[in-house]
Amino acid sequence: MSNLAYNDNMDHMMSDAENFEDGNRGLHYEENLLWEKGHSDTPGVDLPSLKGTKSRTGQSERKNVGLPQVSEPQVMRHFVRLSTKNYSIDSGFFPLGSCTMKHNPRLNEKMARLKGFASIHPMQPTQTVQGALKVMYDLQNWLAELTGLPAVCLTPAAGAHGELAGIMTIRKAHEVQGNTHKDVILVPDSAHGTNPATAVMCGFKTRTISTKETGRVSVEAFKEALYKQDPEGKDVAGMMVTNPNTCGLFERDIQEITDLLHDAGGYFYCDGANFNALVGKIRPGDFGVDVMHINLHKTFSTPHGGGGPGSGPICVAPSLQDYMPSPVVLKEGTAYRLEEEGERETSCGRLRGFQGQFGMHVRALSYMMSHGADGLKQVSEDAVLNANYILSQLKDDYHAPFEGPCMHECLFTDKYQKEYDVTTLDIAKTLIEYGMHPMTVYFPLVVSGAMLVEPTETESKDALDRFISVMKMIAKKARSGDVTELHNYPKSTPRHRLDEVKAAREPKLRWKKGA
Amino acid sequence: MRYLPQTKKGRSEMLEAIDVSSVDALYSDVPKSAFVKGKVNLPDHMGELEVERMLGAYANENHAAPDGPFFLGAGTYYHHVPASVDHIIQRSEFLTAYTPYQPEIAQGTLQAIYEFQTMVAQVTGQDVANSSLYDGATAMAEAALMAMRVTRRKKVVLGNKTHPHYEDVLKSYFENFRGEATIEGPQDIDDQTACVIIQSPDFYGSPENYQIWREKCDAVGALLVVVTNEILSLGLLPAPEEADIVCGEAQSIGLPMSFGGPHLGFFACREKYIRQMPGRLCGETVDASGRRGFVLTLNTREQHIRREKATSNICTNQGLCALAFTVHMALLGEDGFKHLAKLNHEKACELSDTLENAGFKVENETFFNEFVVELPKNSNEIVSTLAEKGIIAGLALEDNKLLVSATEMTAQEDIQTFCETLKEVCA
Repeated sequence: MSNLAYNDNMDHMMSDAENFEDGNRGLHYEENLLWEKGHSDTPGVDLPSLKGTKSRTGQSERKNVGLPQVSEPQVMRHFVRLSTKNYSIDSGFFPLGSCTMKHNPRLNEKMARLKGFASIHPMQPTQTVQGALKVMYDLQNWLAELTGLPAVCLTPAAGAHGELAGIMTIRKAHEVQGNTHKDVILVPDSAHGTNPATAVMCGFKTRTISTKETGRVSVEAFKEALYKQDPEGKDVAGMMVTNPNTCGLFERDIQEITDLLHDAGGYFYCDGANFNALVGKIRPGDFGVDVMHINLHKTFSTPHGGGGPGSGPICVAPSLQDYMPSPVVLKEGTAYRLEEEGERETSCGRLRGFQGQFGMHVRALSYMMSHGADGLKQVSEDAVLNANYILSQLKDDYHAPFEGPCMHECLFTDKYQKEYDVTTLDIAKTLIEYGMHPMTVYFPLVVSGAMLVEPTETESKDALDRFISVMKMIAKKARSGDVTELHNYPKSTPRHRLDEVKAAREPKLRWKKGA
Repeated sequence: MRYLPQTKKGRSEMLEAIDVSSVDALYSDVPKSAFVKGKVNLPDHMGELEVERMLGAYANENHAAPDGPFFLGAGTYYHHVPASVDHIIQRSEFLTAYTPYQPEIAQGTLQAIYEFQTMVAQVTGQDVANSSLYDGATAMAEAALMAMRVTRRKKVVLGNKTHPHYEDVLKSYFENFRGEATIEGPQDIDDQTACVIIQSPDFYGSPENYQIWREKCDAVGALLVVVTNEILSLGLLPAPEEADIVCGEAQSIGLPMSFGGPHLGFFACREKYIRQMPGRLCGETVDASGRRGFVLTLNTREQHIRREKATSNICTNQGLCALAFTVHMALLGEDGFKHLAKLNHEKACELSDTLENAGFKVENETFFNEFVVELPKNSNEIVSTLAEKGIIAGLALEDNKLLVSATEMTAQEDIQTFCETLKEVCA
């Protein structure tokens, strides 16, 4: 259980200087927890002295909190050392399927940090924040034009929150229209886990559409799901479909499926995680989508930040506009303002404090303006080209379960490698050993041992060729039968394979003194 | 097109390798009608300088907090962020990493989350904390949903005045239950109550006594949820150890106001409820060589495993915001955190005294760094008039009241200017 560097070996080191070993070698650093550093006399900030004013809190004063205390240089070194244990898009190829790990321009960061954006309060008088409201209004318009869905609400805080916003919009529409019998949402088995989780959070039942045969929603499978309980599909409130889907394929029967759904009175929610394949070239509103969320942190390059903050605006067709969450930004003459609480009576309401992840709105707009109409079209074309190139180069070495061409990501499985006792997990961990982030693994669930590769448009041909070479080398090693190495990678990383079972069985979620 | 590394030559070589004549051939599954004819109706690409000029002009149209005296709080607070915080969170390795799904190459993010979870648990006096949620309002809604899962009851009581946005978010989430789940007032606590939610300091700035609420909850078997949207208050006020769940907003530590987001929801609770918690959790484990390491854990609560049976649909946290908090807290340390909290309280005391000396009535008997002052005129109009004079006065409430806040950013001169100008416009 102990940290090699700082517990066991400290004692060892003291007693036996000749065999000094604390885990630090070259640029590899061991770094303990802040609490293990010893308590400094003074903190890493100098604050103005207190006057000793008598407390007016009406309560006793806080006793020991238990926080560590170290100086500023120690804090800086601690976090810089931690940073060296992370892989990032800035340092290398990051083909994580359905996550769109593209280059994050620093201009966006600079813009979001302008005093006039970073240091304004969400409840300031409207006349003092016209520029901020203009950013949001412009972003609403850019997203409306790019999706072909004219109404936009920017408040959702992440993709999953956008899904919640979208399905709540559909729920509200049915409620207002008296369609309380509509209590089913259709979800393909290839969908992100957030889709069914969201539908259930909104009080719907989910019904699964099978896509196992072709990786796509077929008209037959869709009809089977739509008419399962009722010959006219009256119980179906809507469907949640990712398009392009999580197998990297465009749903080629989408028009017919959407027409059938609309005839049954259902709405089409499109999960926008894969919008990078379409942006600037194809508008989801033009293939029947009624509401979709956009991941600003994917398609529009606001950084992923190690797991957030994201931003998940929703774009909505006119038929659902009255029901989407509030507030949105309105323009009256030359003045901008936020919608008032309750101004749109049929809105499904507020989903977050204030008006959204505004800092991400600034970054996304900065990115969109940089690319423009011409650049964004090139983005999707290059993203699709890059994925198809990888597919073409690797399909002989790795099993590609569905017929292509693919969109901005391509799907493989470990079917061929399994014969040699090499799995998707081994392939992923070997990629790590060779200095690359793995693709998305074991997702989608419709195939066994999935590997979903999304290169994005911000990779050069050289970078793709290097990935292809490493993947071919792994396939060759597997075929050679000498696979022990592949089972034990990675070896050159700060940590080797971690025991996730132990973490879950004996949850230890915080540091504790003496524990 | 500076963000696109592909060359004409590279593109044509790749098309040849794929054996298609054009990129459009790769889009053969897309219905013709869905293609944009030509380009979308938006401006073409811009250079960095042009973007800076245009967005810079937008930014300049806003009145920023450093531009004049500033007294607005109400759930978002104007605090100082040390330079080191912004440097660390802009390091590529943190900024441009993904959710730590591959722990061997994400120990930096994971250890920082583990430290974040520890700090939040310590500050809130709870056993465990998650890796963060979107913001305070959604954290409160998630707390209510969790209490309903734990107790298998569907009534939630708002015990005192919570932030109106928090209340609205809860209402929106509850509409999903189509009338089966209800929000009630403190007079309605009974054996069907899943939890009692108490905001402290309440929306008007007064700290709460948790013991009274603990007793009320114990009498009916409900959970006590404590919400705070000024986490710095916990450097001066006692930890809400009586609570079962403590959640809220932590923007005050490490994050700019940024017009309301991104902010930082936090969520802590008793150990016995960890399997009902929403959001990502990081846990300690060992690697194949027996060394300490960290991983995301207890995933079986989550949507990507449980799908329609998940505890919540959440799949990210506010990663980088949580890192900013962790770095700022590391800089503050035990003494600095408490000192900063006291400094805020002293500034608020100074503001309160100066307002009273100027003839205004302060409503609160107790407060941390925010309180309500009564005005002789419509507070909306006064806020607007002061804004024209370059002063952001506070939040106008009903009945001519004004909610004002002071922090370490509030200078003595700001307080003087504010009180004098307020007196003038109220005369």
